[in-house]
Amino acid sequence: MTGTAVSIVIGLIGGPLLGGLVSGLDRILTARLQSRIGPPMWQPFYDVVKLWGKEKVVVNVWQAFCAYCYVAATAIALVLFFLKSDLLLILFTQAVGAVFLVVGALSSTSPFSQVGAHRELLQILSYEPLLVFVAVGIYLETGSFKIAGLDTWDEPLLMKLPFLFVVLGYALTIKLRKSPFDLSTSHHAHQELVKGLLTDYSGPFLALTEIGHWYETILLLGFCSLFWANNWIAMMILIVATYFMEVLIDNVSARMNWRWMLGYVWAMGLTLSLVNLIWLYVG
Amino acid sequence: MFKKLIQKARVKSPWLLHYDCSSCNGCDIEVLACLTPVYDIERFGIINVGNPMHADLLLVTGTVNYRNRKVLLNLHDQMPDPKLVVAIGSCALSGGIFREAYNVIGGVDKVIPVDVYVPGCPAKPEAIIDGVTLGLNVFTRSKEGRKTHAR
Repeated sequence: MTGTAVSIVIGLIGGPLLGGLVSGLDRILTARLQSRIGPPMWQPFYDVVKLWGKEKVVVNVWQAFCAYCYVAATAIALVLFFLKSDLLLILFTQAVGAVFLVVGALSSTSPFSQVGAHRELLQILSYEPLLVFVAVGIYLETGSFKIAGLDTWDEPLLMKLPFLFVVLGYALTIKLRKSPFDLSTSHHAHQELVKGLLTDYSGPFLALTEIGHWYETILLLGFCSLFWANNWIAMMILIVATYFMEVLIDNVSARMNWRWMLGYVWAMGLTLSLVNLIWLYVG
Repeated sequence: MFKKLIQKARVKSPWLLHYDCSSCNGCDIEVLACLTPVYDIERFGIINVGNPMHADLLLVTGTVNYRNRKVLLNLHDQMPDPKLVVAIGSCALSGGIFREAYNVIGGVDKVIPVDVYVPGCPAKPEAIIDGVTLGLNVFTRSKEGRKTHAR
Protein backbone atom coordinates (compact mmCIF):
# COMPACT_ATOMS: atom_id res chain seq x y z
CA MET A 1 0.00 0.00 0.00
CA THR A 2 2.78 2.43 0.96
CA GLY A 3 4.66 1.36 -2.15
CA THR A 4 1.64 2.20 -4.29
CA ALA A 5 1.28 5.63 -2.69
CA VAL A 6 4.99 6.34 -3.19
CA SER A 7 4.74 5.32 -6.86
CA ILE A 8 1.75 7.61 -7.39
CA VAL A 9 3.56 10.56 -5.78
CA ILE A 10 6.74 9.89 -7.77
CA GLY A 11 4.71 9.68 -10.98
CA LEU A 12 2.66 12.81 -10.33
CA ILE A 13 5.38 15.11 -8.97
CA GLY A 14 8.66 13.53 -10.02
CA GLY A 15 7.44 13.09 -13.61
CA PRO A 16 7.06 16.76 -14.54
CA LEU A 17 10.13 17.77 -12.49
CA LEU A 18 12.27 15.28 -14.35
CA GLY A 19 10.58 16.12 -17.64
CA GLY A 20 11.33 19.81 -17.16
CA LEU A 21 14.96 19.06 -16.42
CA VAL A 22 15.23 16.86 -19.50
CA SER A 23 13.67 19.65 -21.54
CA GLY A 24 16.15 22.17 -20.08
CA LEU A 25 19.10 19.92 -20.88
CA ASP A 26 17.67 19.42 -24.35
CA ARG A 27 17.61 23.17 -24.94
CA ILE A 28 21.19 23.64 -23.70
CA LEU A 29 22.41 20.72 -25.82
CA THR A 30 20.58 22.05 -28.88
CA ALA A 31 22.12 25.49 -28.31
CA ARG A 32 25.61 23.98 -28.00
CA LEU A 33 25.09 22.04 -31.23
CA GLN A 34 24.26 25.36 -32.89
CA SER A 35 27.35 26.99 -31.28
CA ARG A 36 25.25 29.05 -28.89
CA ILE A 37 25.37 29.17 -25.09
CA GLY A 38 21.71 28.45 -24.53
CA PRO A 39 19.32 29.20 -21.67
CA PRO A 40 19.81 28.14 -18.04
CA MET A 41 18.79 24.60 -17.17
CA TRP A 42 15.75 25.81 -15.21
CA GLN A 43 14.41 27.71 -18.22
CA PRO A 44 11.44 25.37 -18.92
CA PHE A 45 10.25 25.87 -15.34
CA TYR A 46 10.53 29.67 -15.67
CA ASP A 47 8.52 29.42 -18.90
CA VAL A 48 5.75 27.38 -17.31
CA VAL A 49 5.55 29.54 -14.17
CA LYS A 50 5.43 32.68 -16.31
CA LEU A 51 2.70 31.22 -18.53
CA TRP A 52 0.78 30.29 -15.40
CA GLY A 53 0.84 33.93 -14.30
CA LYS A 54 -0.47 35.26 -17.61
CA GLU A 55 -3.97 36.39 -18.34
CA LYS A 56 -6.40 33.56 -19.14
CA VAL A 57 -7.49 33.81 -22.76
CA VAL A 58 -9.47 30.91 -24.18
CA VAL A 59 -11.17 30.51 -27.51
CA ASN A 60 -13.97 28.46 -25.97
CA VAL A 61 -14.66 26.23 -22.98
CA TRP A 62 -13.75 23.05 -24.85
CA GLN A 63 -10.21 24.20 -25.34
CA ALA A 64 -9.65 24.65 -21.59
CA PHE A 65 -11.41 21.34 -20.89
CA CYS A 66 -9.21 19.54 -23.41
CA ALA A 67 -6.02 21.05 -21.98
CA TYR A 68 -6.96 19.74 -18.51
CA CYS A 69 -7.91 16.32 -19.93
CA TYR A 70 -4.59 16.11 -21.78
CA VAL A 71 -2.59 16.71 -18.60
CA ALA A 72 -4.80 14.35 -16.58
CA ALA A 73 -4.50 11.53 -19.13
CA THR A 74 -0.73 11.85 -19.51
CA ALA A 75 -0.30 12.05 -15.72
CA ILE A 76 -2.45 8.92 -15.26
CA ALA A 77 -0.44 7.12 -17.94
CA LEU A 78 2.82 7.94 -16.16
CA VAL A 79 1.43 6.94 -12.75
CA LEU A 80 0.26 3.63 -14.26
CA PHE A 81 3.78 3.18 -15.59
CA PHE A 82 5.29 3.73 -12.15
CA LEU A 83 2.71 1.33 -10.71
CA LYS A 84 4.11 -1.24 -13.18
CA SER A 85 0.75 -1.72 -14.74
CA ASP A 86 -0.33 -3.11 -18.09
CA LEU A 87 1.57 -1.77 -21.13
CA LEU A 88 -1.53 -1.67 -23.32
CA LEU A 89 -3.52 0.22 -20.68
CA ILE A 90 -0.72 2.81 -20.44
CA LEU A 91 -0.57 3.16 -24.22
CA PHE A 92 -4.30 3.69 -24.56
CA THR A 93 -4.43 6.21 -21.70
CA GLN A 94 -1.61 8.12 -23.33
CA ALA A 95 -3.45 7.99 -26.69
CA VAL A 96 -6.58 9.46 -25.06
CA GLY A 97 -4.47 12.38 -23.85
CA ALA A 98 -2.96 12.91 -27.29
CA VAL A 99 -6.40 12.95 -28.89
CA PHE A 100 -7.71 15.48 -26.35
CA LEU A 101 -4.88 17.82 -27.29
CA VAL A 102 -5.96 17.55 -30.93
CA VAL A 103 -9.63 18.09 -30.09
CA GLY A 104 -8.68 21.21 -28.13
CA ALA A 105 -6.80 22.56 -31.15
CA LEU A 106 -9.70 21.66 -33.47
CA SER A 107 -12.16 23.57 -31.28
CA SER A 108 -10.63 26.84 -32.49
CA THR A 109 -11.25 28.23 -35.96
CA SER A 110 -7.69 29.45 -36.46
CA PRO A 111 -6.33 27.90 -39.68
CA PHE A 112 -2.90 27.40 -38.06
CA SER A 113 -4.48 25.52 -35.21
CA GLN A 114 -6.59 23.44 -37.62
CA VAL A 115 -3.66 22.51 -39.86
CA GLY A 116 -1.57 21.67 -36.80
CA ALA A 117 -4.35 19.48 -35.40
CA HIS A 118 -4.76 17.57 -38.66
CA ARG A 119 -1.03 16.99 -38.83
CA GLU A 120 -0.97 15.84 -35.22
CA LEU A 121 -3.69 13.30 -36.05
CA LEU A 122 -1.48 11.98 -38.86
CA GLN A 123 1.42 11.81 -36.41
CA ILE A 124 -0.70 9.81 -33.98
CA LEU A 125 -1.70 7.56 -36.88
CA SER A 126 2.00 7.05 -37.65
CA TYR A 127 3.32 6.20 -34.22
CA GLU A 128 0.43 4.43 -32.44
CA PRO A 129 0.73 1.13 -34.40
CA LEU A 130 4.47 1.16 -33.73
CA LEU A 131 3.97 1.52 -29.97
CA VAL A 132 1.47 -1.35 -30.04
CA PHE A 133 4.01 -3.48 -31.91
CA VAL A 134 6.61 -2.69 -29.25
CA ALA A 135 4.14 -3.83 -26.59
CA VAL A 136 3.41 -6.99 -28.58
CA GLY A 137 7.14 -7.69 -28.87
CA ILE A 138 7.56 -7.34 -25.11
CA TYR A 139 4.56 -9.69 -24.66
CA LEU A 140 6.03 -12.33 -26.98
CA GLU A 141 9.32 -12.21 -25.10
CA THR A 142 8.08 -12.11 -21.50
CA GLY A 143 4.64 -13.69 -21.86
CA SER A 144 2.90 -10.74 -20.24
CA PHE A 145 1.87 -7.17 -20.98
CA LYS A 146 2.64 -6.25 -17.37
CA ILE A 147 5.76 -4.22 -16.68
CA ALA A 148 6.05 -5.71 -13.20
CA GLY A 149 8.27 -8.69 -14.03
CA LEU A 150 10.68 -6.82 -16.29
CA ASP A 151 13.16 -5.51 -13.72
CA THR A 152 14.02 -9.06 -12.70
CA TRP A 153 14.13 -10.43 -16.25
CA ASP A 154 17.59 -11.98 -16.59
CA GLU A 155 18.37 -10.93 -20.14
CA PRO A 156 17.91 -7.30 -21.24
CA LEU A 157 15.09 -7.00 -23.79
CA LEU A 158 17.39 -5.02 -26.06
CA MET A 159 19.22 -8.24 -26.98
CA LYS A 160 16.01 -9.91 -28.14
CA LEU A 161 14.17 -6.84 -29.47
CA PRO A 162 16.86 -4.64 -31.07
CA PHE A 163 14.72 -3.71 -34.08
CA LEU A 164 11.75 -2.91 -31.90
CA PHE A 165 13.97 -0.50 -29.97
CA VAL A 166 14.69 1.30 -33.24
CA VAL A 167 10.94 1.32 -33.91
CA LEU A 168 10.40 2.85 -30.47
CA GLY A 169 12.99 5.44 -31.50
CA TYR A 170 10.76 6.48 -34.42
CA ALA A 171 7.77 6.85 -32.09
CA LEU A 172 9.95 8.78 -29.64
CA THR A 173 11.11 11.22 -32.33
CA ILE A 174 7.52 11.88 -33.39
CA LYS A 175 6.27 12.18 -29.83
CA LEU A 176 9.07 14.49 -28.66
CA ARG A 177 8.27 16.73 -31.66
CA LYS A 178 11.74 16.47 -33.15
CA SER A 179 12.72 17.01 -36.77
CA PRO A 180 12.07 15.48 -39.29
CA PHE A 181 8.72 14.64 -37.67
CA ASP A 182 7.89 17.97 -35.96
CA LEU A 183 5.04 18.65 -38.37
CA SER A 184 2.28 19.75 -36.03
CA THR A 185 4.21 21.96 -33.65
CA SER A 186 7.85 22.73 -33.10
CA HIS A 187 10.22 24.15 -30.53
CA HIS A 188 12.23 25.97 -33.16
CA ALA A 189 11.32 29.14 -34.98
CA HIS A 190 12.65 28.17 -38.42
CA GLN A 191 9.65 26.15 -39.62
CA GLU A 192 6.80 26.99 -41.98
CA LEU A 193 4.26 26.28 -39.24
CA VAL A 194 5.90 26.96 -35.90
CA LYS A 195 3.36 26.43 -33.15
CA GLY A 196 0.59 24.87 -35.25
CA LEU A 197 -1.29 22.67 -32.84
CA LEU A 198 -0.55 24.95 -29.88
CA THR A 199 -1.36 28.24 -31.66
CA ASP A 200 -4.54 28.97 -29.75
CA TYR A 201 -3.49 27.57 -26.41
CA SER A 202 -2.14 30.50 -24.44
CA GLY A 203 -1.15 31.48 -20.92
CA PRO A 204 -2.02 28.87 -18.26
CA PHE A 205 -3.37 26.46 -20.87
CA LEU A 206 -0.14 26.52 -22.83
CA ALA A 207 1.59 25.81 -19.51
CA LEU A 208 -0.72 22.79 -19.06
CA THR A 209 0.16 21.42 -22.50
CA GLU A 210 3.84 21.88 -21.67
CA ILE A 211 3.46 19.96 -18.40
CA GLY A 212 1.58 17.25 -20.29
CA HIS A 213 4.45 17.10 -22.74
CA TRP A 214 6.89 16.57 -19.84
CA TYR A 215 4.79 13.67 -18.56
CA GLU A 216 4.82 12.13 -22.04
CA THR A 217 8.57 12.63 -22.41
CA ILE A 218 9.23 10.75 -19.18
CA LEU A 219 6.71 8.06 -20.11
CA LEU A 220 8.43 7.41 -23.44
CA LEU A 221 11.90 7.46 -21.89
CA GLY A 222 10.42 5.00 -19.40
CA PHE A 223 9.47 2.74 -22.32
CA CYS A 224 13.08 2.95 -23.50
CA SER A 225 14.27 2.00 -20.01
CA LEU A 226 12.27 -1.24 -20.21
CA PHE A 227 14.73 -2.49 -22.80
CA TRP A 228 17.47 -2.72 -20.18
CA ALA A 229 15.48 -2.88 -16.97
CA ASN A 230 17.61 -5.27 -14.90
CA ASN A 231 20.65 -3.00 -14.53
CA TRP A 232 20.38 0.62 -13.39
CA ILE A 233 23.65 1.82 -14.92
CA ALA A 234 23.03 0.23 -18.30
CA MET A 235 19.48 1.62 -18.22
CA MET A 236 20.70 5.16 -17.61
CA ILE A 237 23.33 4.86 -20.36
CA LEU A 238 20.67 3.58 -22.76
CA ILE A 239 18.29 6.46 -21.97
CA VAL A 240 20.97 9.15 -22.17
CA ALA A 241 22.33 7.75 -25.45
CA THR A 242 18.81 7.56 -26.93
CA TYR A 243 17.97 11.11 -25.91
CA PHE A 244 21.27 12.42 -27.24
CA MET A 245 20.54 10.73 -30.57
CA GLU A 246 17.11 12.42 -30.60
CA VAL A 247 18.65 15.87 -30.10
CA LEU A 248 21.29 15.14 -32.71
CA ILE A 249 18.72 13.97 -35.27
CA ASP A 250 16.61 17.04 -34.48
CA ASN A 251 19.54 19.31 -35.28
CA VAL A 252 20.82 17.64 -38.42
CA SER A 253 17.53 17.09 -40.20
CA ALA A 254 14.84 19.32 -41.65
CA ARG A 255 11.10 18.97 -41.34
CA MET A 256 9.53 16.64 -43.92
CA ASN A 257 5.91 16.50 -45.05
CA TRP A 258 3.24 14.17 -43.70
CA ARG A 259 3.17 11.90 -46.74
CA TRP A 260 6.86 11.18 -46.32
CA MET A 261 6.41 10.69 -42.59
CA LEU A 262 3.52 8.25 -42.93
CA GLY A 263 5.18 6.31 -45.75
CA TYR A 264 8.62 6.18 -44.21
CA VAL A 265 7.60 5.49 -40.63
CA TRP A 266 5.11 2.80 -41.58
CA ALA A 267 7.41 1.17 -44.14
CA MET A 268 10.45 1.15 -41.87
CA GLY A 269 8.61 0.73 -38.58
CA LEU A 270 6.29 -2.05 -39.64
CA THR A 271 9.02 -3.93 -41.52
CA LEU A 272 11.44 -3.75 -38.60
CA SER A 273 8.68 -4.74 -36.17
CA LEU A 274 7.60 -7.72 -38.29
CA VAL A 275 11.19 -8.90 -38.78
CA ASN A 276 11.78 -8.72 -35.04
CA LEU A 277 8.47 -10.41 -34.20
CA ILE A 278 9.05 -13.23 -36.71
CA TRP A 279 12.56 -13.69 -35.35
CA LEU A 280 11.15 -13.92 -31.82
CA TYR A 281 8.42 -16.33 -32.88
CA VAL A 282 10.72 -18.65 -34.84
CA GLY A 283 13.74 -18.38 -32.56
CA MET B 1 5.78 33.83 -2.43
CA PHE B 2 4.12 32.47 -5.53
CA LYS B 3 3.64 36.01 -6.83
CA LYS B 4 7.36 36.66 -6.42
CA LEU B 5 8.12 33.44 -8.28
CA ILE B 6 5.85 34.45 -11.16
CA GLN B 7 7.48 37.89 -11.22
CA LYS B 8 10.93 36.34 -11.39
CA ALA B 9 9.78 33.92 -14.11
CA ARG B 10 8.42 36.85 -16.14
CA VAL B 11 11.82 38.51 -16.13
CA LYS B 12 13.53 35.21 -16.90
CA SER B 13 11.33 34.13 -19.77
CA PRO B 14 10.13 36.97 -22.01
CA TRP B 15 8.92 35.63 -25.34
CA LEU B 16 9.07 38.21 -28.05
CA LEU B 17 6.90 38.95 -31.01
CA HIS B 18 8.47 41.01 -33.73
CA TYR B 19 6.29 43.17 -35.96
CA ASP B 20 7.65 45.09 -38.89
CA CYS B 21 5.51 48.20 -39.50
CA SER B 22 6.77 48.88 -43.04
CA SER B 23 10.35 49.30 -41.92
CA CYS B 24 13.24 49.36 -44.42
CA ASN B 25 14.33 46.00 -42.87
CA GLY B 26 17.48 47.53 -41.40
CA CYS B 27 16.15 47.29 -37.84
CA ASP B 28 14.58 43.88 -38.56
CA ILE B 29 17.91 42.45 -39.57
CA GLU B 30 19.38 43.79 -36.35
CA VAL B 31 16.53 42.26 -34.32
CA LEU B 32 17.11 38.89 -35.96
CA ALA B 33 20.85 39.30 -35.40
CA CYS B 34 20.11 39.13 -31.66
CA LEU B 35 18.93 35.55 -32.15
CA THR B 36 22.09 34.39 -33.90
CA PRO B 37 24.98 32.60 -32.13
CA VAL B 38 26.87 35.92 -31.83
CA TYR B 39 24.36 37.52 -29.45
CA ASP B 40 22.23 34.47 -28.58
CA ILE B 41 19.41 36.09 -26.60
CA GLU B 42 18.09 32.65 -25.69
CA ARG B 43 20.68 32.98 -22.89
CA PHE B 44 18.12 35.25 -21.22
CA GLY B 45 15.28 32.85 -21.96
CA ILE B 46 14.04 35.00 -24.83
CA ILE B 47 12.36 33.10 -27.64
CA ASN B 48 11.14 34.60 -30.88
CA VAL B 49 7.53 33.46 -31.20
CA GLY B 50 5.39 34.05 -34.26
CA ASN B 51 2.18 34.12 -32.29
CA PRO B 52 0.86 37.13 -30.34
CA MET B 53 -1.08 34.81 -28.00
CA HIS B 54 2.19 33.39 -26.69
CA ALA B 55 4.15 36.65 -26.57
CA ASP B 56 5.12 38.88 -23.65
CA LEU B 57 7.14 41.43 -25.57
CA LEU B 58 6.18 43.24 -28.74
CA LEU B 59 9.13 44.59 -30.70
CA VAL B 60 7.99 47.07 -33.31
CA THR B 61 10.15 48.50 -36.06
CA GLY B 62 9.26 51.00 -38.77
CA THR B 63 6.74 53.80 -39.16
CA VAL B 64 3.07 53.36 -38.48
CA ASN B 65 0.81 54.27 -41.36
CA TYR B 66 -2.93 54.18 -41.90
CA ARG B 67 -2.74 50.68 -43.37
CA ASN B 68 -0.72 48.80 -40.76
CA ARG B 69 -2.19 50.69 -37.81
CA LYS B 70 -5.00 48.15 -37.52
CA VAL B 71 -2.61 45.21 -37.73
CA LEU B 72 -0.43 46.66 -34.98
CA LEU B 73 -3.45 47.29 -32.77
CA ASN B 74 -4.79 43.80 -33.44
CA LEU B 75 -1.48 42.17 -32.52
CA HIS B 76 -1.25 44.25 -29.35
CA ASP B 77 -4.80 43.33 -28.36
CA GLN B 78 -4.22 39.63 -28.94
CA MET B 79 -1.29 39.52 -26.51
CA PRO B 80 -2.45 38.43 -23.04
CA ASP B 81 -1.47 40.70 -20.12
CA PRO B 82 1.08 41.47 -18.79
CA LYS B 83 2.88 42.71 -21.89
CA LEU B 84 5.59 45.13 -22.92
CA VAL B 85 6.10 47.16 -26.06
CA VAL B 86 9.56 48.09 -27.28
CA ALA B 87 9.84 50.50 -30.20
CA ILE B 88 13.04 50.04 -32.19
CA GLY B 89 14.72 52.50 -34.52
CA SER B 90 14.10 56.13 -35.49
CA CYS B 91 11.04 55.31 -37.58
CA ALA B 92 9.27 53.47 -34.79
CA LEU B 93 10.15 56.23 -32.35
CA SER B 94 8.91 59.21 -34.26
CA GLY B 95 8.36 58.35 -37.90
CA GLY B 96 12.01 59.09 -38.72
CA ILE B 97 12.69 60.56 -42.12
CA PHE B 98 9.21 59.51 -43.23
CA ARG B 99 7.34 61.46 -40.57
CA GLU B 100 6.15 64.15 -43.01
CA ALA B 101 4.92 61.61 -45.58
CA TYR B 102 1.18 61.85 -46.31
CA ASN B 103 0.44 58.24 -45.31
CA VAL B 104 2.50 58.16 -42.12
CA ILE B 105 0.88 58.56 -38.72
CA GLY B 106 4.20 58.78 -36.89
CA GLY B 107 5.81 56.73 -34.11
CA VAL B 108 4.41 53.56 -32.60
CA ASP B 109 3.30 55.46 -29.49
CA LYS B 110 0.63 57.22 -31.54
CA VAL B 111 -1.22 53.89 -31.68
CA ILE B 112 -0.19 51.71 -28.73
CA PRO B 113 1.54 52.54 -25.43
CA VAL B 114 5.30 52.08 -25.64
CA ASP B 115 7.44 51.10 -22.65
CA VAL B 116 10.93 51.36 -24.06
CA TYR B 117 12.33 53.42 -26.93
CA VAL B 118 15.49 52.11 -28.61
CA PRO B 119 16.95 54.79 -30.91
CA GLY B 120 19.23 54.24 -33.90
CA CYS B 121 19.05 54.01 -37.65
CA PRO B 122 19.31 51.07 -37.57
CA ALA B 123 19.41 50.30 -33.85
CA LYS B 124 22.41 48.16 -32.86
CA PRO B 125 21.71 44.62 -31.61
CA GLU B 126 23.45 45.55 -28.35
CA ALA B 127 21.08 48.49 -27.96
CA ILE B 128 18.07 46.26 -28.67
CA ILE B 129 19.13 43.71 -26.06
CA ASP B 130 19.76 46.59 -23.64
CA GLY B 131 16.32 48.01 -24.33
CA VAL B 132 14.59 44.68 -23.82
CA THR B 133 16.36 44.01 -20.50
CA LEU B 134 15.51 47.57 -19.42
CA GLY B 135 11.88 46.91 -20.29
CA LEU B 136 11.85 43.77 -18.18
CA ASN B 137 12.28 45.97 -15.11
CA VAL B 138 8.68 47.02 -15.66
CA PHE B 139 7.66 43.48 -14.71
CA THR B 140 9.60 43.66 -11.45
CA ARG B 141 8.37 47.09 -10.46
CA SER B 142 4.62 46.59 -10.39
CA LYS B 143 2.79 43.56 -9.10
CA GLU B 144 0.79 42.66 -12.14
CA GLY B 145 3.20 44.15 -14.65
CA ARG B 146 1.58 46.80 -16.73
CA LYS B 147 -2.09 46.66 -17.53
CA THR B 148 -3.18 47.50 -21.02
CA HIS B 149 -3.38 51.26 -21.48
CA ALA B 150 -6.38 53.00 -22.91
CA ARG B 151 -5.97 53.85 -26.52
